[in-house]
Amino acid sequence: MADGAQTGASRRDVIQLVAGGGGLVLGFALAGKGEAAQSAPAKLNTYVTVRPDGWVEVVSKNPEVGQGVKTSMPMIIAEEMDADWNKVRTLQAVSDPVLFGRQFAGGSLSIPLHWDELRRVGATARALLIAAAAKSWGVEPSACTTEPGRVIHKASGRSADYGSLAAAAGGLTAPDPQTLKLKEPADYRIVGRFTPQVDTPAIVSGKPLFGIDVVLPGMLFATFEKAPVFGAGVESADLDAARAMKGVRKAFLVEGSGGLEALAPGVAVVADSWWRALKAREKLNTRWKASEASQMSSRRFEEMAAGSARSAADKVVRHDGDVDAALKSASKTIEAEYAYPYISHANLEPQNCTARFQNGKMEIWAPTQNPEPGRQLVAKTLGLKPEDITVHIIRAGGGFGRRLSNEYMVEAAWIAREAGAPVKLIWTREDDMRHGFYRPAGWHRFKGGLDAQGRIIAWEDHFITPGSRDGQPGRSAAMAATEFPARFTPNFRYNLSVLPISVPTGPLRAPGSNAISFAVQGFIDELAHAAGADPVDFRLKLLGDFGLVGTPGRDGYDAARMRGVLKKVAEVSGWGRTKMAPRQGQGVAFHFSHMGYFAQVVQVRVAEDGQIKVEKVWVAGDVGRQIVNPSGAIQQVQGSVLDGLSGALGQEITLENGAVVQGNFDSYRLMRINEAPPVDVHFVLSDNPPTGLGEPALPPAPPALCNAIFAATGKRIRRLPVDPALLAVG
Amino acid sequence: MAYTLSVNGRTRRVDVEPDTPLLWVLRDTLGILGPKFGCGIAQCGACTVHIDGAPVRSCALPIDAVGKGRVTTIEAIGDNEVGARVQKAWSELDVAQCGYCQPGQIMSATALLAANPRPNAEEIDAAMAGNICRCATYIRIRAAVRRASGQPEEA
Ligand code: FES
Ligand code: FES
Repeated sequence: MADGAQTGASRRDVIQLVAGGGGLVLGFALAGKGEAAQSAPAKLNTYVTVRPDGWVEVVSKNPEVGQGVKTSMPMIIAEEMDADWNKVRTLQAVSDPVLFGRQFAGGSLSIPLHWDELRRVGATARALLIAAAAKSWGVEPSACTTEPGRVIHKASGRSADYGSLAAAAGGLTAPDPQTLKLKEPADYRIVGRFTPQVDTPAIVSGKPLFGIDVVLPGMLFATFEKAPVFGAGVESADLDAARAMKGVRKAFLVEGSGGLEALAPGVAVVADSWWRALKAREKLNTRWKASEASQMSSRRFEEMAAGSARSAADKVVRHDGDVDAALKSASKTIEAEYAYPYISHANLEPQNCTARFQNGKMEIWAPTQNPEPGRQLVAKTLGLKPEDITVHIIRAGGGFGRRLSNEYMVEAAWIAREAGAPVKLIWTREDDMRHGFYRPAGWHRFKGGLDAQGRIIAWEDHFITPGSRDGQPGRSAAMAATEFPARFTPNFRYNLSVLPISVPTGPLRAPGSNAISFAVQGFIDELAHAAGADPVDFRLKLLGDFGLVGTPGRDGYDAARMRGVLKKVAEVSGWGRTKMAPRQGQGVAFHFSHMGYFAQVVQVRVAEDGQIKVEKVWVAGDVGRQIVNPSGAIQQVQGSVLDGLSGALGQEITLENGAVVQGNFDSYRLMRINEAPPVDVHFVLSDNPPTGLGEPALPPAPPALCNAIFAATGKRIRRLPVDPALLAVG
Repeated sequence: MAYTLSVNGRTRRVDVEPDTPLLWVLRDTLGILGPKFGCGIAQCGACTVHIDGAPVRSCALPIDAVGKGRVTTIEAIGDNEVGARVQKAWSELDVAQCGYCQPGQIMSATALLAANPRPNAEEIDAAMAGNICRCATYIRIRAAVRRASGQPEEA
């Protein structure tokens, strides 16, 4: 999930023709990577097939979880090959690292990792089709051009559709893809056009597309009960009572191994319908072993954090200049504490997986963002060979990072083997809410100093985060030493304390950033107001005249790109030029993550009773020079913004006696349509390679909201979710 | 218990316990997989079907309470003129992200437009507020309902 860790990688994918009939078949051998086949002849995947009937089949290698890659990645291939988009079919690849390398949905990386490679695949196919046509007409390939789905020879007026050329093209030698000239963006016919998702017809007619819809012959249904206290073992369960229920085929204990990420202890019930399995589960009356984790409670976490904030930090992660001296010499200093809670991914499709174990082979149908690690985990936990396991990648009803973990896959495989029948495991909503890998809670104690001109001369953040007893931040609970405004303030100190808390955590859409931005951009806003400055001007000054700071692809931060989006959002939102009513206000924030630069203005109106109406959001984003699919791109930005607002306004996972309190959407509030503001999206194109949009638009939303609430009410929100009671008049 | 149901214009016989929610009869017994499971407590709307044209959360409706009601699911909503218009608007505006909530959204939108052919902004929000979209496609849902009702997309 590291930002840009791999964008610079120049993978030498060798594009070759795949032997075999049925038209032109183009594949890759992945070379030069440890995970790929090294030996010749390499195994080839089949990325593109041109059928004699003119249909073009494109394989989509990564999981589709709603981020749109099953449409956007084939669009890139189709563009360069000049295919007719109406005659392109997309096929979902199975999980196979030898054929496809890493197949995952995470880090907003699908587009940046594949932009060049996919264009070259398309260009190779086009070159071969042109060569085949030129040969049959006895003309120079350079005298031919293409229209969607056809090769044209203008001089003679001849033309041929791709289907009729496919077989001949398949007999030619592929050119070196690196030598091919790629299209100029001005000539694009597919990329850059509003393109509905390829699965849209199936979605709107309710076709079975999702993991939960998988049906196998003879399939049974399973529910799996785990301890309310994470990882606690089973003391006893009334298996016979469950077995006596109608339709129940098996009820058994699972001891578990490998921790929460693999197979947790629990009780499985398998029946001929899921409802019957659930009814039987109610009879289990399971008792759980005592566990130290039952001491955990959210109240206790707050006490620990407060204690930590009062004491010296565990360690200093970064110290530039001299913060103490700068604070002393400052003409104004302010301090503030920010806090945010654990939150759940709450994918609308609860975790589920279907598995069949037959003749020593395991076959799995998984709505996962990360199939290969799941396969390895199943192999390890069940003692199978990875090559005896096939994972079908199934469309998932939302990812958001939750489906990077694969424990539901291990559970389904285990239960299917025990049951001796194909099994579809479905979690209840409560299972899902109470057995997550949550966005970690966190606390920030800030000190800031301003000089006489109102510039930030000192910044200190004591970051308090959950983690291990030996002081390691938990999964997705760390903050980078280069987190803004590091490198932009002369005297900067980042202190870290780690609280020993074992609530399972993991990446949630824009991990780290989704919470840190709330604290950092909130405190910057406080400093702006303390300086008596306009919050946009103050931020522009903070970005100064810096250009690229750090190393691109690693810790690089291009301040010029951020200034660009900040100015743009101020312009389109009417910032500073719009008259606000009483208790109405605009707030601004920006954040850089996943290679994307985003700034937002949120406008709110706060009622006398404290109820918040978000009236509108303006977004400016810079993700490089090309938006691949404007439809999906706008969707991702709007969805991310509303996701961020939804979390800030209503979401909180709390613990009592070691168990998660919230269970369903009555106690865990997701935004509904009547709370959703219009979100006006503007892309600032810059001369940079295109990057992804699954995540980077989220982080500025919560702080821009809270800064708007301050502008409307004069009350500073320093704790999420926002408590409207604090905003009531009187 | 044996029950006789009318589902998508066909008579179906099932043998299930009386407390079995309609959703699971549709999905597991009849293999009608369009209605989705999201919460099981009538909070999210993913399981929305029509009974005699009215939107119902099938996860919270025991089969015993269905009676003679004619059940329509997303699979057959395109046979209905309003339903077909809603589906078309949903496709043209590319409403879905993950798509999981959308069968329920389309069922709620179709019921709304059947009862109120030109709803205003508040009426759209009120009628659709029972359907959660975790991907937050709400802006396009609003636009698609307006398009399906022949109104300009921007309110
Ligand atoms: S599954 Fe029925 S309302 Fe959520
Ligand atoms: S499109 Fe994903 S839940 Fe609505």
